[in-house]
Parts: sequence; structure tokens; C-alpha cells
Amino acid sequence: MNLLKLLKGLPIGILAEISRKGGIHPMPVVNKILGIFINIGRSIPYIILLVAVIPVTRLIVGTTIGPKAATVSLIISATPFIARLIENSLRELDGGVIEAAKAMGASDTQIVFKVMLPEALPSIVMGISLATITLVGYTAMAGAIGAGGLGHIAISYGYHRYETDIMMITIVLLIIIVQLIQSLGQKLSKLLDRRRKGEN
Amino acid sequence: MIKITDLTKVFTSKNQNLTVLNKINIKIEDGDIFGIIGMSGAGKSTLIRCINLLEKPTSGSIEIDGVDITKKSGKQLLQLRKKIGMIFQNFNLLMQKNVRKNIAFGLEIIPVKDFVIEGMSKEDYSTLSYFKKRRFKKDEIKRRVDELLTLVDLKEKEFNYPAQLSGGQRQRVAIARALATKPSVLLCDEATSALDSLTTKSILKLLKKINEETKVTIIVITHEMNVVQEICNKVVVLDKSEVVASGSTQEVFSNESSEITQRTTHRYFS
Repeated sequence: MNLLKLLKGLPIGILAEISRKGGIHPMPVVNKILGIFINIGRSIPYIILLVAVIPVTRLIVGTTIGPKAATVSLIISATPFIARLIENSLRELDGGVIEAAKAMGASDTQIVFKVMLPEALPSIVMGISLATITLVGYTAMAGAIGAGGLGHIAISYGYHRYETDIMMITIVLLIIIVQLIQSLGQKLSKLLDRRRKGEN
Repeated sequence: MIKITDLTKVFTSKNQNLTVLNKINIKIEDGDIFGIIGMSGAGKSTLIRCINLLEKPTSGSIEIDGVDITKKSGKQLLQLRKKIGMIFQNFNLLMQKNVRKNIAFGLEIIPVKDFVIEGMSKEDYSTLSYFKKRRFKKDEIKRRVDELLTLVDLKEKEFNYPAQLSGGQRQRVAIARALATKPSVLLCDEATSALDSLTTKSILKLLKKINEETKVTIIVITHEMNVVQEICNKVVVLDKSEVVASGSTQEVFSNESSEITQRTTHRYFS
């Protein structure tokens, strides 16, 4: 569920890339606004954002504790982060390929969906696994406001009750989860990448 | 016919204007293999990009079959570009797609009505409203891609990815891709400059064959004199944003009288 919400950053990232100066559809004002929005989102540490958006959370989901409440701040924090990752993935693309598509008469939409996204896919997959890992960290923090999960266990048992072994177990579990996501992302990205030689 | 009249391109940056093309006049007949030769910085890349409006000219006109293209924008511009193929020094293939998919790209993005087939006039298409938005069907694309694979002699590599091909093979894919929509003009931007001399020869041979078979007008920009001598029937020499010599390839390169031609040709060809 949360993984799908990650994708909210995708269109923003695409827009940020194509609207920049030298992009396929320059829109300086839009680009500036997006840039500011993304930077604001990226500059507030999650633990502070978590508390700061409590009124908004109450307005939207009606409560400030529990997993649902945590989702609000998670989205607010993750969207600009993912937007930036996507934007970077697209920017790495070789400009020549885009020029070739333009020369063939491809429209902006066709360039985005038939050239930029497919060509950047391996890099986007890596970006999304990175974002997921960051979110694992965030959800652990969200455990502090009663979002449940490993963070909650670590804090209420490990910290408040001085049960060091439980703390250790949650840490080990977190490490395992992160490792899994990372290697899964790498595998998938490699599998999707056709820029290798010698095999089909 | 392509008629370029007083074409000027000025790049404007913060505090200076850079004139890259200064009142260029060129006439290219249908079926020509037309060379534009000059050193790097002479403006030839900009010139060729003006022909499909990847660069917008500052002033002057470019007429293709009597229609000034420099005013085109939006849908009309996309339409125009579909009639002009282009290949590049660095091939610019889609690295995540195999050879077949690369060649098919141009066909996938256009409606059938933009595709000119001999024996069927444009009116024939537009009267059939059915054709208006119809895209190519899979088997139609397959047939055209098969034709092109045979043309560029890459049948056995059809399911390979560009990373698995040599430079010459990549350029063949690019040529097939550019020709997929049967353009009337093919622009070659330093198409052989990244290739060794043997591969260059085979690519030039292929371009010549294509020109003879399909009568497509080919415009070649290059800094290599042997490329021009090998395939071009006409040539202009571009130096410091201006045309300094033009005529048939033979004339230009043997014309002792023209001091500037000698100087320019001498400077980088001896």
C-alpha cells in the first residue's frame, strides 16, 4: 500500500525534469515552484515534520496516532524525496536519444513515456529501492507516535523498559529488511538493464 | 527541393551574440547526396538542425518543396519531422530496446495517415476517416521492419540490443530506424565520424545504395573530405559561419582559381 503511494513522486519528478531549462518542454516558472516545493519537503527532518503536521493529520484522518496517522507525514516527506530521485534518473539520460526521438517527430508525451521512462527504468528502480529503505527508517520513527511496527517495539520495550535484547533484535531485523530491499532492487535493476554485452 | 535562403542563426547569451550561421544560401535538388563540409565550429551542425527545426533559425527561410518550414510549430512541426529522417555521430539508439524495437520506433509513434505509400495520394488517406487515427498494426510494423533489416543487412541481429553491436552495426540500425517512415530527406550528422575507415566505407556504400533505390535526398555534414568525395554529387564548404564555396564535388575540389576554396580545403585536407 505504502509502496504505491510512493509513486506520487513520479509525476512530480517527471514534471521537474521536463520543465527545466534545456528540458524537452521548458517552463521556468513551474520549474522554480516545483524546485522550492521539493527543497522545502527535503529540508525538514522527518521526526520534526512528523510532529509539525499533526494538525493536518487530524484534519485528514481524524486522529494523530496509529498507522493511518503516520501515513500522512510519510507521504508529505517521501513525495519530494522520490520526485528528486526520479528527476535525477531522467537527467542522467543521454540527451542524444531524446534528440533523435524529437527528430523523428515524437511529441513530448511520447518522449516521456516511450523514451525517457523506459530508458531510465533501471536507474529508477534503484532510486525506488533507495527510497523504500529511507521509508523503513521513517516508519521506525513513526513508531514513536504509535504507528506500531518495529519502531514502536524498539522504543516502548527496548528503550522505555530497558530490554536491551529486544532492542537488539529489532535492530537486526531492520538490518535484514534493508539488506533484502537493497539486494532485491539491485537484482531487478540489473535484470532490466540491457546495456550489458554478450547476452540476450 | 530544399531551398535555403539567407539563413541566419544567432545564439544569444547574457552579454554577447554569437552568429553561427550568416546568410546561408543553399539549393538542394531531389535525389542529391549533398555534402556540407567544414571544420568544427563552422556551423554545420546548427545548419543541419535548422532543416528539421531542432534549432530555430533567427532569420531567413527554408523551403521544402516550396513550403517555408521555419514558421511551423506544434502538430505541423511534428508532421514535418516525420518526413525527415536523421542519423547521428553517436547513433543515439534506444539502449533498452532491441534492434527490431529501435527500428519500429518511428512507426509506433505515428498514425497511418502520416505514412506515405507509393500509389496512394495523401487525399486517399484523408478521405478514409478510418485511417485518421489508426496506428500501425503489429504485423504491418513487422513487415516493414523485416524489409529494413534486409536493406541494412542485419537480419541475424534482430533481437540483439545496441550494446551488443559494433559501431557500424549500430549506425545501420540508426539508418533503418530513420528510413522506417519513408522520409523524403535523410540528414546525416557526422554519421561516420565515430567509425573506422573500413566501416565508414561500408556505411557510405549503404547510403549510396539507399539513395539510388529510394531516391531519398541525403544531406551529409562532415569534416572528412573523403566522405564527400566518396558519395556526394554536390558540396558546399562552410567556414566561419559562411558558405565559401559551392558546386559539384569535382568543381569545388579542383577549382584552383578560387583562393578561398583552396585555403579552406587545404587547411584541413592536407
